[in-house]
Amino acid sequence: MTALAQLGSGTPATGSPPPARPGRHRLLPYLLLLPGAAWLVLFFVVPLAQLAAASLYDPTGSLSTGYVLTWAFGNYPEALQAYAPQFARSFGYAGAALVLALLLGYPLAYAIAQKAGRWKNLLLVCVVAPMFTSFLVRTLAWKTILSDNGVLVGLLRDVHLLGPDGRLLATPVAVVLGLTYNFLPFLVLPLYASLERLDHRLLEAAGDLYAGPLHAFRTVTLPLSMPGLIAGTLLFFIPATGDYINAELLGTPNEYMIGNVIDSAFLVRLDYPQGAALSFLLMAAILAVVFVYLRRAGTEDVL
Amino acid sequence: MRVSRWLADRWVMIVALLVLGYLFLPIAVVAGLSLNRPSSRLSYDFNEFTLDNWRQPCATPEMCDAVVRSVQIGFLATVGSTVIGTLMAFALVRHRFRGRGGINLLIFLPMATPELVLGTSLLALFVSAGVPQGFWTVVIAHVMFCVSFVVVTVKARLAGMDRRLEEAAMDLYASEWQTFRRITLPLVLPGIVAAALLAFSLSFDDFIVTNFNAGTTVTFPMYVWGAAQRGIPPQVNVIGTAMFGIALLLVGLSTLRGRRARRAALPVADAPGRRATGPS
Repeated sequence: MTALAQLGSGTPATGSPPPARPGRHRLLPYLLLLPGAAWLVLFFVVPLAQLAAASLYDPTGSLSTGYVLTWAFGNYPEALQAYAPQFARSFGYAGAALVLALLLGYPLAYAIAQKAGRWKNLLLVCVVAPMFTSFLVRTLAWKTILSDNGVLVGLLRDVHLLGPDGRLLATPVAVVLGLTYNFLPFLVLPLYASLERLDHRLLEAAGDLYAGPLHAFRTVTLPLSMPGLIAGTLLFFIPATGDYINAELLGTPNEYMIGNVIDSAFLVRLDYPQGAALSFLLMAAILAVVFVYLRRAGTEDVL
Repeated sequence: MRVSRWLADRWVMIVALLVLGYLFLPIAVVAGLSLNRPSSRLSYDFNEFTLDNWRQPCATPEMCDAVVRSVQIGFLATVGSTVIGTLMAFALVRHRFRGRGGINLLIFLPMATPELVLGTSLLALFVSAGVPQGFWTVVIAHVMFCVSFVVVTVKARLAGMDRRLEEAAMDLYASEWQTFRRITLPLVLPGIVAAALLAFSLSFDDFIVTNFNAGTTVTFPMYVWGAAQRGIPPQVNVIGTAMFGIALLLVGLSTLRGRRARRAALPVADAPGRRATGPS
């Protein structure tokens, strides 16, 4: 988790704080922390506890008649059973988008960090700039790009990559493309931060020792960019798995991810126990994936 | 042969530029659509060139109301999260105290939690506590998810600061308050400004958390979401393009200012007795 925690700061965790002058300001740090910590406890920790309670409400209750906490653990298997395909899709689409994003994002981060010279800052701004346009407006623009009457679909039909009636919009391809696009900068920025610190002389040394470019990449560049790679993949994967905007705007109910189901459980069907159980299942599943991934990535780093 | 050498040297850069093109493609489409008169309300295709959307950005008043509301919420969330986040950052970098691990975890976890869970858990809290959802519940939620990002950003700036400047001021009989006002604050300010801008953009663009906690309040992203089903007014693309332009302008201005400040600072950098006033 430290890899993620360092993110945004771009610098490694700072060393131990300076020793406090004895006797003075003993209460000051707590006073400084109080408003922020209280806010996070009140509006992050307590709500999580409330969500946990809601996931164990008697499922036969309703918002109007009131819910009773009956420790109904059965809500969990029930919710999982009912929406297994949406769960699978969430992880499948996010995983596919992650692979695509790595193929696009690694060369981009590498080029900016190592090859851009004095254009570095400008190119970095170019990576972030598209995010300034609203997320939803950007996603709707993909609707135009992937439209059945659009240039792209026409081109793909002409070269027979798509059948005469083939479409991109309202298919899983569109949703995966949307996810890749929307979260790509989250992957590129930490990766850039890692690659920027890469000493170019190491690659020259590898070349002097007769390593081919591919071998040098595998044994020098890739291992050294690991912290950024790990932070970037997590920063990409976590929001992508929980996203439902792309599935809603670019897909059809056949592409719905777990987020769409949770949204409708809370806001349309008003089935709070189910929505809460699904939220927790999503969080647990993401944490499990992250944990396994960090352990594996960690051991590879050691080897 | 020479072409292939040239390609081998530059393929990474070429791929990178292609990817940047891919990143900008939708922005170009948004800008293009802002100059388009759609053939029908549900059409997303180019039809006819017009400047009308830019001349009358508020042809759909509900949309402009939503933009104004998003700016208000963004402003309040930015002020709130920047103040309490900066205080936390100072405590974490400048002080020793018990429970540091717990506080770090408390700051880190909201960033690692899917937005969906942040949104639904707050909804569960507000509903069970009987708090009516609306403008203020959205502000509360936005402050909550912005704080962590503010702490991380300000912390980075504070940690990279040369403490000897403050020690020098104290040696020259500056009081603690004077040192803070004249040395510390100006030096940390760029970090605080960056954090505030980040908080504003996070708040302004948020859909998922807002959607669960807004009640009947409509922010700009929520307006777009609702309109996507009923038909999007082309002015939405005007707002998207304008946001992009304003953000680029801000980035450009801050780069210019930074460059000018650095140039101005250079000749006197070694002058003795220079008061450190401006951000470096």
